[in-house]
Amino acid sequence: MSTVSDYRRHEESVTYSSELSGSGESHELLTINFGPVHPSTHGVLRLYATLEGEIVRDIQPVIGYLHTGIEKTAEDKSYWKAIPVVERMDYLSYYFNAMAYCGAVEQLLELEVPKRAQYLRVIHLELDRLMSHMIWIGTFALDLGAISPIFYCFRQRELLLDLFEMSSGQRMHTRYFQVGGVAEDIPQGFRQKLQQYLDQAPAVFDMLADLFENNEIVLQRLRNVGAISQQTALDLGVTGPLLRATGNPWDLRKAAPYSSYDDFDFKIPVGTVGDNYDRFRVRHAELYESVKIIQQALDGLPDGPYIADDRKVVLPPRHELATSMEALIHHFKLVTEGFRVPEGESYYPVESPRGELGCFVRADGSAKPARVHMRDPSFHNLQALAPMVRDGYLADFIATLAALDPIIGGVDR
Amino acid sequence: MPDAAGLDLIAEQLTAVDDACLTGHGFDRGHAELQIDPAKNIQVLQWLQQRGFTFLASVHGVDYYPHEPRLGVVYELLDMQTVDRVSVKARVSTAAPEIDSAVPIWPGANADEREVYDMFGVIFVGHPDLRRILMPEDYEGFPQRRDFPIGGEPVLFTHNEHGYGEDR
Repeated sequence: MSTVSDYRRHEESVTYSSELSGSGESHELLTINFGPVHPSTHGVLRLYATLEGEIVRDIQPVIGYLHTGIEKTAEDKSYWKAIPVVERMDYLSYYFNAMAYCGAVEQLLELEVPKRAQYLRVIHLELDRLMSHMIWIGTFALDLGAISPIFYCFRQRELLLDLFEMSSGQRMHTRYFQVGGVAEDIPQGFRQKLQQYLDQAPAVFDMLADLFENNEIVLQRLRNVGAISQQTALDLGVTGPLLRATGNPWDLRKAAPYSSYDDFDFKIPVGTVGDNYDRFRVRHAELYESVKIIQQALDGLPDGPYIADDRKVVLPPRHELATSMEALIHHFKLVTEGFRVPEGESYYPVESPRGELGCFVRADGSAKPARVHMRDPSFHNLQALAPMVRDGYLADFIATLAALDPIIGGVDR
Repeated sequence: MPDAAGLDLIAEQLTAVDDACLTGHGFDRGHAELQIDPAKNIQVLQWLQQRGFTFLASVHGVDYYPHEPRLGVVYELLDMQTVDRVSVKARVSTAAPEIDSAVPIWPGANADEREVYDMFGVIFVGHPDLRRILMPEDYEGFPQRRDFPIGGEPVLFTHNEHGYGEDR
C-alpha cells in the first residue's frame, strides 16, 4: 500500500493542468489493448487498459469472442438433449450448469428428486467445486509468477477427473445429471476411490496454503490489492467467493438450500478486507468445507432409486425394454420426441464455484424449451474488474484478474 | 420466494402506491412474478428495492412470439434478509421496444441490459453505453428472437471467400 501511496504522491505533484500547458508526452494517458489471446486472460478476453505510467486508471472489458449461442441452440433441442449444451457454458463447473438447468425443469414439472439422487448430486457438485478451485489456485499462482502450485493442483484435479470418469464415463462435460436424478448409480469401487481421495486431500490443501502463506513475496502481492467494498460488490451483482471475501456470508447452499444441502454441517468462510488475499483465503477454506460435505454425503448416502420413477419423464430401466411393451413405448417416445413440460417459467439458482448460477427456463408446453437463460456469475463478476484494479499497479491488475476467476465460456455463453 | 399470499400483499401495496403500474401477478410452481407496465418499471423497481429486494440477480429477455407484446424484460430481484425472490416482468412490443434503464439504481444491470439489447433489440433509455456486447459490433439482427433462424449464417472460409451461392 505504501509503495502505491508514494507513487501517488509523486503523481500528484504533476497535475493535468500542467500537462495541458505543455509539460510533455511523458504524462499522457496511454490506452493499450490487452488480449483477446493472452495467456493471463484465462481464455479470450479483451481489455482496454488506460494507463498513466504504471498505474491503471481505467479498464474496459470487451467480451463476446467465445460466444457460441448456446442459449439459442438449447431452444432447438428437446429438454433432455439441451443438458449437454448448457453444460458447456462454464466449462469448469459443468455439474453446476446441469444442476441449475435440471432444477429449473424439475421445478416446472413439479418432479420430486429421490434422496439418493440428491446426495449423489451433492457429492458430484462438491467434487466439481474442488476441481474448479484447484484450477483456480494453480492458475492464480501462475499469474503471480509461481510455477510449482499448478503441478500439485493439476495432480489433484486428475484424481477428481478420474472419479468423474468412473461415475459417468466422461472426464469433462459428463452429462451425469438428468431431469429427475442422475444418469446412473455410482459403480462398485467408487466409494473406496472417493474415500482415498478425501483422506489425502486435506494434507495437499495444507501444503498449498504453505506455498502461499510462507512466501513473503506472494503475501505482499496479495494483501490490500484489488479490494472493493461490500456495497460496491452488491451493487454490481457480484456473488460467490468475491462477495464473501468482502465479509458478506451470502451462500445459496446455506441461505436457500437445494438438493438436501441443509442435511450437511459445513461453514461459510468469509473475509474481512475484500482484497486478493481474502479471495484466496475464502476459496482455500472452501476446499476443506467441500471435503467435509462430501464425507457426510458419502457416509449418509441413503438407499433407494437414483432417479425419479416417472415414466413420462425418465427413461425406463434397460432390462424392461425386452419384456414390457409399455416400457418400450415410453422409451421410444422419450428418445424421439422427449417429454413435454407444462407452460410456465422458472428461475433456479445454485451456488457455483464463482457465485450465483441461475437458470431461467420458459416452457411453452412443447418438448423444447422456449427460452433458456443462464445467469452466469462470471458475466456479472467481470463488471467489478474496473473498480478493483483502478488506481493500482499494472502488475497487480493481472493478479486481480486472476483472483476474479472469470471463465470466459461462462461470460460469453 | 414469497409465497402466494406474500406476493398478493406486495401486489396490493404496489397498487396502493400507483394503481396503474401493475398489470398482473402470479405465483406458479414456486415462481413469484409481477407483471408491470413497462413505462413504470423504474418506479416499481425502486419501490421494491426500498422494500428489501436490494439485489438485482439478473436481467434477461424473453421472446413470447407469437403472443403480443412480444418481448419480455425480466428482472430477477432478491431480498437477502428474508431470502425472497421475485421476478418483475415488463412486456414491450417489437414495434417500439423501449424501456427505461435500471443502471441508475443498480450499476450491475449495465452488462445485462447490453445483452438484452444485443439479443432482443430492446432499447434501454438512459443506459450509459448501449452497444452490442456478445455479438460483433456490425452484426445485423437480434439473434435470440424466435423468428431468427438457427444456423442460417454463412461462415467465411478460403473455399468461399469470393462470395456465397450465386455471387460466387
